[in-house]
Amino acid sequence: MTVTPPTVAAETPRRSLRRFRSIKGRQTWAGLAMMAPAGILLVLFLGIPVILAFGLSFTNARLISPNPPRFVGLDNFMRAFTADPVFIDSVWNTIVFALVVVPVQAGLGLLLALLVNRRLRGVTAFRVIFFIPVVTSIVVVSILWKFMYQEDGLINSMIDMLTFGAWSGVDWLNNPNTALGAIIVLSIWQAVGFHMIIWLAGLQTIPEELYEAAKMDGAGPWRQFTAVTWPGLRPTMVFVLVTITIAALGLFVQVDVMTQGGPVNSTTTIVFHAVRKGYEQQEIGYAAAISLIFFVAVLIIALIQRRLTREKA
Amino acid sequence: MKRRTPPIIGSAALVGVLALTGCGQAGQGSGTTEDGRTQLTMWTHSAGNPAELEVYERIISDFNDSQDEYEVVHESFPQGAYNDAIVAAAASGDLPCLLDLDGPIMPNWAWAGYLQPLDLPEELTDSLLPTAVGVWDDQIYSAGYWDAALSIFARKSVLDQNGIRIPTVDQPWTTDEFGRALATLKAAGYDTPIDIGAEDAGEWWPYAYSPLLQSFGGDLIDRSTMLTSDGALNGAEAVEWGQWFQSLFADGYASNSATIGNQEFVDDEVALSYTGVWNALAALDAVGDDLLILPPPDLGTGPKIGGGSWQWAISSSCPDPEGAREYLEFSFADEYITAFADNQIVIPATESAAADSKYFGEDGVLRPFVELSQKFAVLRPETPAYAVISSTFETAAKDIMNGADVQATLDRAVSEIDANIASNDGYGFQ
Repeated sequence: MTVTPPTVAAETPRRSLRRFRSIKGRQTWAGLAMMAPAGILLVLFLGIPVILAFGLSFTNARLISPNPPRFVGLDNFMRAFTADPVFIDSVWNTIVFALVVVPVQAGLGLLLALLVNRRLRGVTAFRVIFFIPVVTSIVVVSILWKFMYQEDGLINSMIDMLTFGAWSGVDWLNNPNTALGAIIVLSIWQAVGFHMIIWLAGLQTIPEELYEAAKMDGAGPWRQFTAVTWPGLRPTMVFVLVTITIAALGLFVQVDVMTQGGPVNSTTTIVFHAVRKGYEQQEIGYAAAISLIFFVAVLIIALIQRRLTREKA
Repeated sequence: MKRRTPPIIGSAALVGVLALTGCGQAGQGSGTTEDGRTQLTMWTHSAGNPAELEVYERIISDFNDSQDEYEVVHESFPQGAYNDAIVAAAASGDLPCLLDLDGPIMPNWAWAGYLQPLDLPEELTDSLLPTAVGVWDDQIYSAGYWDAALSIFARKSVLDQNGIRIPTVDQPWTTDEFGRALATLKAAGYDTPIDIGAEDAGEWWPYAYSPLLQSFGGDLIDRSTMLTSDGALNGAEAVEWGQWFQSLFADGYASNSATIGNQEFVDDEVALSYTGVWNALAALDAVGDDLLILPPPDLGTGPKIGGGSWQWAISSSCPDPEGAREYLEFSFADEYITAFADNQIVIPATESAAADSKYFGEDGVLRPFVELSQKFAVLRPETPAYAVISSTFETAAKDIMNGADVQATLDRAVSEIDANIASNDGYGFQ
């Protein structure tokens, strides 16, 4: 009885290998055919637009216009860096946003993951609570927070109550000094749950035996973290950093819903500026140039990150 | 080699199918019905506006019943997505025969070649309010059944109590008088005495606040050439407007973080409300006889309000413009215009339709709006550059509201608009 399963198991690979050889070509083509829908969609909606944007960025094309687009060389790029103060503000805001959001969100995510990785009663409930903002549409979240940030909104009422009326708060989104900060807080709150889940997945790949061994060696919780947890999380860390950076650089929806780049350009971002130029003001050529600059910048940052976090052989 | 073909054919077929579904929509308006009538496609922005849609459905079914040559088939889009749908349709050559559009965008689309001249009989277009007729390049490209108007709502009792003069169309508040009224009302306990709707975004900003700029004597663009904003949007009068506008917020007379709409006025949290005719009936229900519909203040060159609302046009690709014209002529009957006005609370475009209206007739409660529209309406500049002017003005005005330096902000807006006009070779004006 117990002998039969191994024989069957031994036979299966051999048979499938034979079949694979005999119809290898057909399988390759079947594979390609199955890839085709995704491949065609990728080319249509990713490849072609990127090539188009590259071409458009050297012209003065308009979204709608009876005049044919004219080749203008590097004019659009010159204009972005020398004659468009809003673009410079956008670049600056995007950098500030990323510089704050990347470490804080990654750090908070890890902290939450460590907290909900314990075997506590009701820990699933906490995981769900932290994850809820992630599955809520960012548009909905932005609209809700917009109400909360109002001068007589929830946040100011809370501050007012906690300080017994000593400090009544500001009109967060309409003050150039606080608007970007307000968006940063909201953005971190919204996406931190997602990165918590990624960290959590990473934590659970670390074998329990390592912790047992560490305990046997007399390591306390902090030493366990630095010697076992952190090295074990390295691949997760790279993934989290790269995804947060790219997401942070692409900041758009919150700005579009909450501030439209204001007040006084304090929250405008590169993507928002490109959308505004391209669609509202119909300067598709210039918007394509901005997008291209953005694309190159993200590429460079991602490459630098890859290099800094690569596995040292 | 033989084995290679199937997947390639498969992929090619898939691409073909994708392409065909794209083309399946092409040539909107060239269909025929079973009984051989030519179909005319029509797009409206009215999805989500049952009052408006109801009238359209009535016109269309009346028209279709009266016809053995044409049949109008309509499709409604939500307003927020409507302009994008039109631009996308135009780019792929799928424009419907009949389409409605917001007045100020018309020159842009006419210039881009989306529209053809309306060619409606002159006695029809002459009977409409001038702001309900869209002219570009000396041709009429669009016409509408109604116009909207802004005014200042107030409670008579509140003004009387505080000893504030009630302004009239012939004698509106002056700048000083208006300022004193606001100060008095603030002292009387209104936290922010006037709601001007600054929490809103988009086209509301140029629609509502550029008339104030014009009342000061400035403008969005030099209308004699349509080639530059220099001097108009950053001249002395414009700066004066900017400082005045900024002070409304700095002095705490207006707020920019309330709810969109007229709720603050209805709840008596603000004494005055600078808002549109579309909110009038609700205000009337709440306030009753105490409601005053006042002209905006005269800030130097007389009161001004924005003119031009949604209008109808015929696309340049319409295969049967004769039929489209016939439908439009049919639809401009007074009974329909009256129905629009009373259903939607907007100003009817013809005097004869106004006479039959429940609200806008001689004794109608909303009659003041007709007068305001006739006397004070100014169109937004009729140039294809308006798309840029509109969003640049919105950003500049918001910056000013938030305390930015007025002259520098307006100078920057001017250079942005002028650069855009130059890069479009003057939009056909030079």
